[in-house]
Amino acid sequence: MNFFNHFGRYLLMIKGMFTRPENWKMYWKELMHQCSDIGIGSLGIVVVVALFIGAVSTLQTAYQLVSNLIPKSTIAQIVRDTVILEFAPTISCIVLAGVVGSKIASELGNMRVSEQIDALEIMGINTKAYLIMPKILASFIMIPLLVIVAGVLGIWGGRLAGTMAVILSREEFDQGLLSGFQPFNVRFALYKAYTFAFIISSIPAYFGYFVKGGALEIGKASTTAVVTSCIMILFADYILAALLL
Amino acid sequence: MIEIKDLHKSFGDKVVINDVSAVMEAGKANLIIGASGSGKTVFMKCLVGLFEPDGGEILYSGQSFTVMEEEQRKELRQQIGMLFQGSALFDSQTVEQNVMFPLDMFTRLTYTEKLKKVNEVLDRVNLNDANKKFPAEISGGMKKRVGIARAIVLNPKYLFCDEPNSGLDPQTSLVIDKLIYEVTKEFNMTTVINTHDMNSVMEIGDHIIYMYEGEKEWEGSNKQIIYSKSKKLNDFIFASEFLQDVKAMRMLDAEGKVPNGKNDNN
Ligand SMILES: Nc1ncnc2c1ncn2[C@@H]1O[C@H](COP(=O)(O)OP(=O)(O)OP(=O)(O)O)[C@@H](O)[C@H]1O
Ligand SMILES: [Mg+2]
Repeated sequence: MNFFNHFGRYLLMIKGMFTRPENWKMYWKELMHQCSDIGIGSLGIVVVVALFIGAVSTLQTAYQLVSNLIPKSTIAQIVRDTVILEFAPTISCIVLAGVVGSKIASELGNMRVSEQIDALEIMGINTKAYLIMPKILASFIMIPLLVIVAGVLGIWGGRLAGTMAVILSREEFDQGLLSGFQPFNVRFALYKAYTFAFIISSIPAYFGYFVKGGALEIGKASTTAVVTSCIMILFADYILAALLL
Repeated sequence: MIEIKDLHKSFGDKVVINDVSAVMEAGKANLIIGASGSGKTVFMKCLVGLFEPDGGEILYSGQSFTVMEEEQRKELRQQIGMLFQGSALFDSQTVEQNVMFPLDMFTRLTYTEKLKKVNEVLDRVNLNDANKKFPAEISGGMKKRVGIARAIVLNPKYLFCDEPNSGLDPQTSLVIDKLIYEVTKEFNMTTVINTHDMNSVMEIGDHIIYMYEGEKEWEGSNKQIIYSKSKKLNDFIFASEFLQDVKAMRMLDAEGKVPNGKNDNN
Protein backbone atom coordinates (compact mmCIF):
# COMPACT_ATOMS: atom_id res chain seq x y z
CA MET A 1 0.00 0.00 0.00
CA ASN A 2 1.29 3.44 -0.84
CA PHE A 3 0.98 6.67 1.08
CA PHE A 4 -2.27 7.71 -0.57
CA ASN A 5 -4.01 4.41 0.24
CA HIS A 6 -2.98 4.78 3.85
CA PHE A 7 -4.01 8.40 4.00
CA GLY A 8 -7.39 7.72 2.42
CA ARG A 9 -8.13 4.87 4.79
CA TYR A 10 -6.95 7.01 7.71
CA LEU A 11 -9.40 9.77 6.75
CA LEU A 12 -12.22 7.24 6.39
CA MET A 13 -11.37 5.89 9.82
CA ILE A 14 -11.62 9.38 11.31
CA LYS A 15 -14.91 9.97 9.52
CA GLY A 16 -16.25 6.62 10.70
CA MET A 17 -15.78 7.61 14.33
CA PHE A 18 -18.56 10.13 14.25
CA THR A 19 -21.77 8.29 14.95
CA ARG A 20 -24.23 8.32 17.80
CA PRO A 21 -22.91 6.16 20.64
CA GLU A 22 -24.92 2.99 21.21
CA ASN A 23 -24.80 3.70 24.93
CA TRP A 24 -23.47 6.98 26.34
CA LYS A 25 -22.64 5.51 29.70
CA MET A 26 -20.37 2.85 28.24
CA TYR A 27 -18.59 5.41 26.07
CA TRP A 28 -18.09 7.65 29.08
CA LYS A 29 -16.68 4.76 31.05
CA GLU A 30 -14.29 3.95 28.23
CA LEU A 31 -13.23 7.61 28.03
CA MET A 32 -12.46 7.77 31.74
CA HIS A 33 -10.56 4.53 31.48
CA GLN A 34 -8.44 5.91 28.64
CA CYS A 35 -7.85 9.20 30.46
CA SER A 36 -6.40 7.37 33.41
CA ASP A 37 -4.39 5.05 31.17
CA ILE A 38 -2.93 7.84 29.07
CA GLY A 39 -2.64 10.52 31.75
CA ILE A 40 -1.64 8.70 34.90
CA GLY A 41 0.16 6.00 32.93
CA SER A 42 2.67 8.40 31.41
CA LEU A 43 2.93 11.03 34.14
CA GLY A 44 6.06 9.44 35.62
CA ILE A 45 8.15 9.49 32.47
CA VAL A 46 7.04 13.03 31.60
CA VAL A 47 8.09 14.28 35.04
CA VAL A 48 11.55 12.71 34.76
CA VAL A 49 12.12 13.92 31.22
CA ALA A 50 10.96 17.47 31.99
CA LEU A 51 13.13 17.84 35.11
CA PHE A 52 16.28 16.71 33.35
CA ILE A 53 15.67 18.68 30.19
CA GLY A 54 15.15 21.85 32.22
CA ALA A 55 18.24 21.17 34.28
CA VAL A 56 20.42 20.49 31.26
CA SER A 57 19.22 23.53 29.38
CA THR A 58 20.19 25.79 32.31
CA LEU A 59 23.67 24.31 32.46
CA GLN A 60 24.19 24.50 28.71
CA THR A 61 22.82 28.01 28.38
CA ALA A 62 25.16 29.14 31.16
CA TYR A 63 28.06 27.45 29.39
CA GLN A 64 27.27 29.27 26.14
CA LEU A 65 26.74 32.70 27.77
CA VAL A 66 30.24 33.45 28.96
CA SER A 67 30.12 37.23 28.50
CA ASN A 68 30.08 39.37 31.64
CA LEU A 69 28.02 41.99 29.84
CA ILE A 70 24.92 39.82 29.92
CA PRO A 71 23.16 39.59 33.27
CA LYS A 72 22.80 36.11 34.77
CA SER A 73 19.03 36.40 34.84
CA THR A 74 19.05 36.15 31.06
CA ILE A 75 19.80 32.46 31.51
CA ALA A 76 16.46 32.01 33.23
CA GLN A 77 14.73 33.92 30.47
CA ILE A 78 16.22 31.69 27.79
CA VAL A 79 15.50 28.54 29.73
CA ARG A 80 11.89 29.63 30.27
CA ASP A 81 11.30 30.36 26.60
CA THR A 82 12.95 27.25 25.19
CA VAL A 83 11.19 25.04 27.70
CA ILE A 84 7.79 26.57 27.01
CA LEU A 85 8.17 26.89 23.27
CA GLU A 86 9.94 23.70 22.37
CA PHE A 87 11.01 21.34 25.08
CA ALA A 88 7.81 20.94 27.07
CA PRO A 89 5.49 20.39 24.10
CA THR A 90 7.74 18.76 21.52
CA ILE A 91 10.14 16.64 23.55
CA SER A 92 7.45 15.38 25.91
CA CYS A 93 5.20 14.56 23.01
CA ILE A 94 7.96 12.64 21.26
CA VAL A 95 8.40 10.65 24.45
CA LEU A 96 4.61 10.26 24.69
CA ALA A 97 4.49 9.04 21.10
CA GLY A 98 6.63 6.17 22.29
CA VAL A 99 4.73 5.47 25.49
CA VAL A 100 1.12 6.21 24.52
CA GLY A 101 1.46 5.49 20.80
CA SER A 102 2.89 2.02 21.18
CA LYS A 103 0.30 1.22 23.82
CA ILE A 104 -2.60 2.31 21.60
CA ALA A 105 -1.22 0.51 18.54
CA SER A 106 -0.55 -2.75 20.33
CA GLU A 107 -3.80 -2.72 22.27
CA LEU A 108 -5.87 -2.27 19.11
CA GLY A 109 -3.62 -4.61 17.14
CA ASN A 110 -4.12 -7.34 19.68
CA MET A 111 -7.86 -6.79 19.65
CA ARG A 112 -7.88 -7.02 15.87
CA VAL A 113 -5.75 -10.15 15.64
CA SER A 114 -7.66 -12.01 18.35
CA GLU A 115 -10.96 -11.05 16.67
CA GLN A 116 -12.15 -8.97 19.62
CA ILE A 117 -12.88 -6.10 17.21
CA ASP A 118 -14.92 -8.48 15.04
CA ALA A 119 -16.77 -9.66 18.14
CA LEU A 120 -17.71 -6.05 18.95
CA GLU A 121 -18.78 -5.41 15.34
CA ILE A 122 -21.02 -8.48 15.44
CA MET A 123 -22.74 -7.15 18.53
CA GLY A 124 -23.68 -4.09 16.50
CA ILE A 125 -21.15 -1.69 17.94
CA ASN A 126 -19.31 0.85 15.81
CA THR A 127 -15.79 -0.14 16.82
CA LYS A 128 -14.20 2.98 15.36
CA ALA A 129 -16.41 5.09 17.57
CA TYR A 130 -16.17 2.90 20.63
CA LEU A 131 -12.48 2.04 20.53
CA ILE A 132 -10.76 4.93 18.76
CA MET A 133 -12.79 8.03 19.62
CA PRO A 134 -12.29 7.72 23.42
CA LYS A 135 -8.54 7.34 22.90
CA ILE A 136 -8.34 10.50 20.82
CA LEU A 137 -10.56 12.46 23.21
CA ALA A 138 -8.59 11.23 26.20
CA SER A 139 -5.39 12.41 24.51
CA PHE A 140 -6.96 15.81 23.87
CA ILE A 141 -7.73 16.07 27.56
CA MET A 142 -4.62 14.58 29.09
CA ILE A 143 -1.73 15.47 26.79
CA PRO A 144 -2.07 19.27 27.10
CA LEU A 145 -2.20 18.79 30.86
CA LEU A 146 0.96 16.71 30.72
CA VAL A 147 2.61 19.40 28.60
CA ILE A 148 1.73 22.02 31.21
CA VAL A 149 3.18 19.80 33.93
CA ALA A 150 6.29 19.34 31.79
CA GLY A 151 6.63 23.10 31.31
CA VAL A 152 6.37 23.89 35.00
CA LEU A 153 8.67 21.08 36.06
CA GLY A 154 11.15 21.85 33.29
CA ILE A 155 11.56 25.41 34.50
CA TRP A 156 11.70 24.28 38.09
CA GLY A 157 14.36 21.71 37.18
CA GLY A 158 16.33 24.46 35.49
CA ARG A 159 16.10 26.63 38.59
CA LEU A 160 17.18 23.77 40.79
CA ALA A 161 20.16 22.89 38.60
CA GLY A 162 21.17 26.55 38.28
CA THR A 163 21.27 27.10 42.03
CA MET A 164 22.82 23.71 42.79
CA ALA A 165 25.66 24.34 40.35
CA VAL A 166 26.01 27.89 41.76
CA ILE A 167 25.54 29.44 38.32
CA LEU A 168 22.97 31.94 39.52
CA SER A 169 20.99 32.59 42.67
CA ARG A 170 17.34 31.77 43.11
CA GLU A 171 16.53 35.49 43.12
CA GLU A 172 18.36 36.07 39.84
CA PHE A 173 16.55 33.13 38.27
CA ASP A 174 13.13 34.32 39.43
CA GLN A 175 13.88 37.81 38.21
CA GLY A 176 14.75 36.49 34.75
CA LEU A 177 11.74 34.25 34.78
CA LEU A 178 9.37 37.20 35.09
CA SER A 179 11.04 39.64 32.72
CA GLY A 180 9.73 39.88 29.19
CA PHE A 181 7.25 37.06 29.63
CA GLN A 182 4.93 36.64 26.67
CA PRO A 183 1.64 34.89 27.40
CA PHE A 184 1.39 34.06 23.69
CA ASN A 185 4.20 31.53 24.12
CA VAL A 186 2.06 29.49 26.48
CA ARG A 187 -0.83 29.62 24.02
CA PHE A 188 1.51 28.54 21.28
CA ALA A 189 2.70 25.61 23.40
CA LEU A 190 -0.92 24.55 23.90
CA TYR A 191 -1.65 24.74 20.17
CA LYS A 192 1.26 22.41 19.71
CA ALA A 193 0.05 20.13 22.48
CA TYR A 194 -3.39 19.74 20.88
CA THR A 195 -1.93 19.08 17.46
CA PHE A 196 0.50 16.52 18.83
CA ALA A 197 -2.22 14.91 20.95
CA PHE A 198 -4.18 14.22 17.79
CA ILE A 199 -1.11 12.81 16.04
CA ILE A 200 -0.08 10.62 18.98
CA SER A 201 -3.51 9.05 19.31
CA SER A 202 -4.90 8.85 15.79
CA ILE A 203 -1.85 7.56 13.91
CA PRO A 204 -1.12 4.64 16.25
CA ALA A 205 -4.85 3.89 16.38
CA TYR A 206 -4.82 3.64 12.59
CA PHE A 207 -1.86 1.26 12.47
CA GLY A 208 -3.25 -0.87 15.29
CA TYR A 209 -6.83 -0.99 14.05
CA PHE A 210 -5.86 -2.24 10.60
CA VAL A 211 -3.26 -4.84 11.59
CA LYS A 212 -3.38 -8.08 9.63
CA GLY A 213 -1.67 -11.24 10.80
CA GLY A 214 -0.34 -12.20 14.20
CA ALA A 215 1.83 -11.17 17.10
CA LEU A 216 4.76 -10.32 14.83
CA GLU A 217 2.65 -7.88 12.82
CA ILE A 218 1.43 -6.21 16.01
CA GLY A 219 5.05 -5.52 16.94
CA LYS A 220 5.78 -4.14 13.49
CA ALA A 221 2.64 -2.00 13.47
CA SER A 222 3.51 -0.53 16.81
CA THR A 223 7.03 0.37 15.65
CA THR A 224 5.70 1.91 12.44
CA ALA A 225 3.13 3.81 14.46
CA VAL A 226 5.72 5.32 16.80
CA VAL A 227 8.14 6.22 14.01
CA THR A 228 5.40 7.78 11.88
CA SER A 229 4.01 9.73 14.83
CA CYS A 230 7.46 11.09 15.73
CA ILE A 231 8.10 12.25 12.17
CA MET A 232 4.64 13.82 11.97
CA ILE A 233 5.23 15.60 15.28
CA LEU A 234 8.47 17.14 14.03
CA PHE A 235 6.85 18.06 10.75
CA ALA A 236 3.84 19.64 12.45
CA ASP A 237 6.20 21.39 14.86
CA TYR A 238 7.92 23.08 11.93
CA ILE A 239 4.67 24.00 10.20
CA LEU A 240 3.24 25.53 13.36
CA ALA A 241 6.41 27.53 14.00
CA ALA A 242 6.47 28.76 10.41
CA LEU A 243 2.80 29.74 10.49
CA LEU A 244 2.38 31.21 13.95
CA LEU A 245 5.70 32.76 14.97
CA MET B 1 -34.48 -17.66 8.47
CA ILE B 2 -31.42 -16.87 6.41
CA GLU B 3 -31.40 -17.37 2.66
CA ILE B 4 -28.11 -17.52 0.82
CA LYS B 5 -28.06 -17.19 -2.94
CA ASP B 6 -24.97 -17.96 -5.03
CA LEU B 7 -22.52 -16.72 -2.46
CA HIS B 8 -19.07 -16.23 -3.90
CA LYS B 9 -15.85 -15.20 -2.21
CA SER B 10 -12.25 -15.32 -3.29
CA PHE B 11 -8.99 -14.02 -1.90
CA GLY B 12 -6.84 -12.95 -4.82
CA ASP B 13 -6.89 -15.88 -7.25
CA LYS B 14 -7.98 -18.37 -4.63
CA VAL B 15 -11.72 -19.12 -4.74
CA VAL B 16 -12.78 -19.96 -1.20
CA ILE B 17 -16.59 -19.97 -1.52
CA ASN B 18 -17.85 -21.01 -4.92
CA ASP B 19 -21.50 -20.09 -5.60
CA VAL B 20 -23.05 -21.65 -2.52
CA SER B 21 -26.83 -21.42 -2.06
CA ALA B 22 -28.68 -22.59 1.02
CA VAL B 23 -31.56 -21.82 3.33
CA MET B 24 -30.96 -21.76 7.08
CA GLU B 25 -34.29 -22.28 8.77
CA ALA B 26 -35.40 -20.87 12.09
CA GLY B 27 -35.73 -23.23 15.02
CA LYS B 28 -33.23 -25.60 13.47
CA ALA B 29 -29.57 -26.35 14.04
CA ASN B 30 -27.97 -25.75 10.66
CA LEU B 31 -24.59 -27.46 10.57
CA ILE B 32 -21.81 -26.71 8.15
CA ILE B 33 -19.32 -29.50 8.06
CA GLY B 34 -16.17 -29.95 6.05
CA ALA B 35 -12.47 -30.58 6.31
CA SER B 36 -10.07 -28.03 7.69
CA GLY B 37 -9.59 -25.28 5.13
CA SER B 38 -12.80 -26.04 3.23
CA GLY B 39 -14.08 -22.51 3.83
CA LYS B 40 -16.45 -22.90 6.78
CA THR B 41 -15.14 -19.92 8.73
CA VAL B 42 -15.00 -17.71 5.64
CA PHE B 43 -18.59 -18.73 4.80
CA MET B 44 -19.80 -17.82 8.27
CA LYS B 45 -17.94 -14.51 8.25
CA CYS B 46 -19.53 -13.65 4.90
CA LEU B 47 -22.97 -14.34 6.39
CA VAL B 48 -22.44 -11.87 9.24
CA GLY B 49 -20.63 -9.30 7.10
CA LEU B 50 -17.13 -9.59 8.51
CA PHE B 51 -16.03 -10.42 4.97
CA GLU B 52 -17.71 -8.72 2.03
CA PRO B 53 -18.70 -11.42 -0.48
CA ASP B 54 -17.71 -10.85 -4.11
CA GLY B 55 -21.05 -12.05 -5.37
CA GLY B 56 -24.42 -13.42 -4.36
CA GLU B 57 -27.05 -12.34 -1.90
CA ILE B 58 -27.83 -12.94 1.76
CA LEU B 59 -31.33 -12.39 3.13
CA TYR B 60 -32.17 -12.22 6.82
CA SER B 61 -35.89 -12.95 7.19
CA GLY B 62 -36.38 -11.66 3.68
CA GLN B 63 -34.30 -8.48 4.17
CA SER B 64 -31.29 -8.26 1.93
CA PHE B 65 -28.20 -7.98 4.10
CA THR B 66 -26.00 -7.43 1.09
CA VAL B 67 -27.43 -4.02 0.21
CA MET B 68 -28.02 -2.79 3.77
CA GLU B 69 -26.60 0.50 5.02
CA GLU B 70 -24.16 0.35 7.92
CA GLU B 71 -26.80 1.67 10.34
CA GLN B 72 -29.31 -1.02 9.38
CA ARG B 73 -26.64 -3.66 9.71
CA LYS B 74 -25.86 -2.41 13.20
CA GLU B 75 -29.48 -2.82 14.16
CA LEU B 76 -29.72 -6.29 12.70
CA ARG B 77 -26.55 -7.28 14.45
CA GLN B 78 -28.06 -6.60 17.81
CA GLN B 79 -30.07 -9.74 17.09
CA ILE B 80 -26.99 -11.75 16.19
CA GLY B 81 -24.86 -13.73 18.61
CA MET B 82 -21.60 -15.23 17.47
CA LEU B 83 -19.03 -17.54 18.93
CA PHE B 84 -15.65 -17.19 17.23
CA GLN B 85 -13.34 -20.09 16.54
CA GLY B 86 -10.77 -18.49 18.85
CA SER B 87 -13.42 -17.36 21.37
CA ALA B 88 -12.47 -13.65 20.98
CA LEU B 89 -13.03 -12.78 24.62
CA PHE B 90 -12.12 -9.27 25.75
CA ASP B 91 -8.91 -10.00 27.57
CA SER B 92 -8.93 -6.90 29.75
CA GLN B 93 -12.21 -8.02 31.30
CA THR B 94 -13.16 -10.83 33.64
CA VAL B 95 -15.41 -13.69 32.60
CA GLU B 96 -18.33 -12.00 34.29
CA GLN B 97 -17.64 -8.64 32.62
CA ASN B 98 -17.29 -10.36 29.25
CA VAL B 99 -20.71 -11.95 29.49
CA MET B 100 -22.22 -8.80 30.94
CA PHE B 101 -20.85 -6.59 28.17
CA PRO B 102 -23.76 -6.98 25.71
CA LEU B 103 -26.19 -6.35 28.57
CA ASP B 104 -24.28 -3.22 29.59
CA MET B 105 -24.29 -1.93 26.04
CA PHE B 106 -27.82 -2.72 24.93
CA THR B 107 -30.09 -3.00 27.96
CA ARG B 108 -31.17 -0.73 30.76
CA LEU B 109 -31.27 -3.42 33.41
CA THR B 110 -29.93 -2.72 36.89
CA TYR B 111 -26.66 -4.24 37.96
CA THR B 112 -28.36 -6.91 40.06
CA GLU B 113 -30.62 -7.94 37.19
CA LYS B 114 -27.66 -8.11 34.84
CA LEU B 115 -25.68 -10.17 37.31
CA LYS B 116 -28.57 -12.57 37.69
CA LYS B 117 -28.81 -13.01 33.93
CA VAL B 118 -25.04 -13.51 33.65
CA ASN B 119 -25.02 -16.19 36.32
CA GLU B 120 -27.95 -17.85 34.63
CA VAL B 121 -26.19 -18.23 31.28
CA LEU B 122 -22.88 -19.15 32.89
CA ASP B 123 -24.76 -21.84 34.73
CA ARG B 124 -26.22 -23.11 31.48
CA VAL B 125 -22.76 -23.55 30.00
CA ASN B 126 -21.64 -25.39 33.14
CA LEU B 127 -19.32 -22.68 34.30
CA ASN B 128 -20.01 -21.23 37.69
CA ASP B 129 -16.68 -20.97 39.42
CA ALA B 130 -14.78 -18.68 37.09
CA ASN B 131 -16.72 -15.40 37.30
CA LYS B 132 -13.79 -13.31 38.52
CA LYS B 133 -11.10 -14.89 36.37
CA PHE B 134 -9.53 -13.27 33.33
CA PRO B 135 -9.52 -15.05 29.95
CA ALA B 136 -5.76 -15.65 30.26
CA GLU B 137 -6.39 -17.63 33.43
CA ILE B 138 -8.90 -20.16 32.07
CA SER B 139 -8.55 -23.11 29.71
CA GLY B 140 -9.42 -23.11 26.02
CA GLY B 141 -12.59 -25.09 26.60
CA MET B 142 -13.70 -22.72 29.32
CA LYS B 143 -13.10 -19.77 26.99
CA LYS B 144 -15.36 -21.45 24.43
CA ARG B 145 -18.09 -21.74 27.01
CA VAL B 146 -17.72 -18.12 28.06
CA GLY B 147 -17.89 -17.20 24.36
CA ILE B 148 -21.16 -19.11 24.01
CA ALA B 149 -22.54 -17.53 27.16
CA ARG B 150 -21.72 -14.08 25.79
CA ALA B 151 -23.30 -14.94 22.43
CA ILE B 152 -26.61 -16.08 23.90
CA VAL B 153 -26.99 -13.65 26.78
CA LEU B 154 -29.25 -11.33 24.77
CA ASN B 155 -31.35 -14.21 23.35
CA PRO B 156 -30.38 -13.44 19.74
CA LYS B 157 -32.57 -14.32 16.79
CA TYR B 158 -29.60 -15.59 14.86
CA LEU B 159 -26.83 -17.59 16.47
CA PHE B 160 -23.53 -18.39 14.79
CA CYS B 161 -21.06 -20.80 16.34
CA ASP B 162 -17.70 -21.45 14.74
CA GLU B 163 -16.61 -24.82 16.09
CA PRO B 164 -18.31 -24.61 19.47
CA ASN B 165 -16.80 -27.85 20.71
CA SER B 166 -13.35 -28.08 19.25
CA GLY B 167 -11.01 -28.40 22.20
CA LEU B 168 -13.68 -29.65 24.54
CA ASP B 169 -13.85 -33.10 26.13
CA PRO B 170 -16.65 -35.35 24.78
CA GLN B 171 -18.83 -34.87 27.83
CA THR B 172 -18.68 -31.07 27.84
CA SER B 173 -19.12 -31.19 24.07
CA LEU B 174 -22.43 -32.93 24.52
CA VAL B 175 -23.51 -30.42 27.15
CA ILE B 176 -22.68 -27.55 24.82
CA ASP B 177 -24.42 -29.18 21.85
CA LYS B 178 -27.48 -29.80 23.95
CA LEU B 179 -27.45 -26.24 25.22
CA ILE B 180 -27.19 -24.74 21.74
CA TYR B 181 -29.92 -27.05 20.54
CA GLU B 182 -32.18 -26.20 23.46
CA VAL B 183 -31.90 -22.44 23.06
CA THR B 184 -32.41 -22.85 19.33
CA LYS B 185 -35.73 -24.58 19.92
CA GLU B 186 -36.71 -22.49 22.93
CA PHE B 187 -36.29 -19.11 21.24
CA ASN B 188 -36.85 -20.30 17.67
CA MET B 189 -33.36 -19.10 16.74
CA THR B 190 -31.76 -19.56 13.37
CA THR B 191 -28.60 -21.31 14.42
CA VAL B 192 -25.62 -21.92 12.16
CA ILE B 193 -22.85 -24.12 13.47
CA ASN B 194 -19.47 -24.91 11.90
CA THR B 195 -18.18 -28.21 13.12
CA HIS B 196 -16.25 -31.32 12.33
CA ASP B 197 -17.43 -33.17 15.40
CA MET B 198 -19.32 -36.26 14.28
CA ASN B 199 -21.17 -36.51 17.58
CA SER B 200 -22.73 -33.11 16.97
CA VAL B 201 -23.59 -34.07 13.42
CA MET B 202 -25.49 -37.14 14.59
CA GLU B 203 -27.03 -35.58 17.69
CA ILE B 204 -28.22 -32.16 16.57
CA GLY B 205 -27.85 -32.07 12.77
CA ASP B 206 -31.34 -31.00 11.73
CA HIS B 207 -29.89 -29.61 8.57
CA ILE B 208 -26.38 -30.34 7.38
CA ILE B 209 -24.36 -28.76 4.62
CA TYR B 210 -21.17 -30.49 3.63
CA MET B 211 -18.58 -28.17 2.12
CA TYR B 212 -15.79 -29.47 -0.04
CA GLU B 213 -13.17 -26.99 -1.23
CA GLY B 214 -15.58 -24.10 -1.17
CA GLU B 215 -18.50 -25.89 -2.82
CA LYS B 216 -21.66 -27.35 -1.35
CA GLU B 217 -21.10 -31.03 -1.90
CA TRP B 218 -24.07 -32.48 0.00
CA GLU B 219 -27.07 -31.23 1.93
CA GLY B 220 -29.52 -33.14 4.10
CA SER B 221 -30.29 -34.13 7.67
CA ASN B 222 -28.62 -36.39 10.21
CA LYS B 223 -31.21 -39.05 9.37
CA GLN B 224 -30.11 -39.02 5.75
CA ILE B 225 -26.41 -38.59 6.10
CA ILE B 226 -25.71 -42.21 6.91
CA TYR B 227 -27.23 -43.30 3.61
CA SER B 228 -25.43 -40.71 1.53
CA LYS B 229 -23.68 -42.07 -1.53
CA SER B 230 -21.32 -39.11 -1.93
CA LYS B 231 -17.87 -40.65 -1.76
CA LYS B 232 -16.29 -37.44 -0.53
CA LEU B 233 -18.81 -37.13 2.27
CA ASN B 234 -18.48 -40.76 3.26
CA ASP B 235 -14.71 -40.51 3.32
CA PHE B 236 -15.01 -37.41 5.46
CA ILE B 237 -17.58 -38.63 7.96
CA PHE B 238 -16.84 -42.29 8.23
CA ALA B 239 -13.13 -41.78 8.28
CA SER B 240 -12.25 -44.58 10.69
CA GLU B 241 -12.92 -48.29 10.22
CA PHE B 242 -14.96 -48.25 13.39
CA LEU B 243 -17.31 -45.65 11.97
CA GLN B 244 -17.54 -47.50 8.66
CA ASP B 245 -18.68 -50.57 10.58
CA VAL B 246 -21.28 -48.51 12.41
CA LYS B 247 -22.55 -47.22 9.10
CA ALA B 248 -22.73 -50.69 7.59
CA MET B 249 -24.70 -51.93 10.58
CA ARG B 250 -27.13 -49.05 10.46
CA MET B 251 -27.63 -49.55 6.75
CA LEU B 252 -28.48 -53.20 7.31
CA ASP B 253 -30.88 -52.27 10.08
CA ALA B 254 -32.96 -49.90 8.07
CA GLU B 255 -32.53 -51.01 4.48
CA GLY B 256 -34.62 -48.78 2.26
CA LYS B 257 -36.71 -47.29 5.03
CA VAL B 258 -35.29 -43.78 4.90
CA PRO B 259 -35.10 -41.58 1.81
CA ASN B 260 -31.78 -40.40 0.43
CA GLY B 261 -30.33 -36.91 0.82
CA LYS B 262 -31.69 -34.17 -1.39
CA ASN B 263 -28.65 -33.60 -3.56
CA ASP B 264 -27.50 -37.12 -3.25
CA ASN B 265 -26.99 -38.23 -6.78
CA ASN B 266 -23.26 -38.66 -6.96
N1 LIG C 1 -8.23 -13.44 5.33
C1 LIG C 1 -7.87 -14.38 4.44
N2 LIG C 1 -7.09 -14.06 3.39
C2 LIG C 1 -6.74 -14.98 2.49
N3 LIG C 1 -7.12 -16.26 2.52
C3 LIG C 1 -7.91 -16.66 3.54
C4 LIG C 1 -8.32 -15.74 4.55
N4 LIG C 1 -9.09 -16.40 5.44
C5 LIG C 1 -9.14 -17.67 5.01
N5 LIG C 1 -8.45 -17.84 3.86
C6 LIG C 1 -8.30 -19.09 3.10
O1 LIG C 1 -9.59 -19.61 2.89
C7 LIG C 1 -9.58 -21.03 3.01
C8 LIG C 1 -10.69 -21.47 3.94
O2 LIG C 1 -10.38 -21.07 5.28
P1 LIG C 1 -11.38 -21.27 6.49
O3 LIG C 1 -10.77 -20.58 7.64
O4 LIG C 1 -12.74 -20.84 6.07
O5 LIG C 1 -11.35 -22.84 6.71
P2 LIG C 1 -12.20 -23.67 7.75
O6 LIG C 1 -13.10 -24.54 6.95
O7 LIG C 1 -12.84 -22.78 8.73
O8 LIG C 1 -11.08 -24.56 8.43
P3 LIG C 1 -10.96 -25.01 9.97
O9 LIG C 1 -11.85 -26.20 10.13
O10 LIG C 1 -9.53 -25.39 10.09
O11 LIG C 1 -11.33 -23.86 10.81
C9 LIG C 1 -8.19 -21.42 3.48
O12 LIG C 1 -7.51 -21.99 2.40
C10 LIG C 1 -7.56 -20.14 3.89
O13 LIG C 1 -6.21 -20.15 3.56
MG1 LIG D 1 -12.65 -22.40 10.72
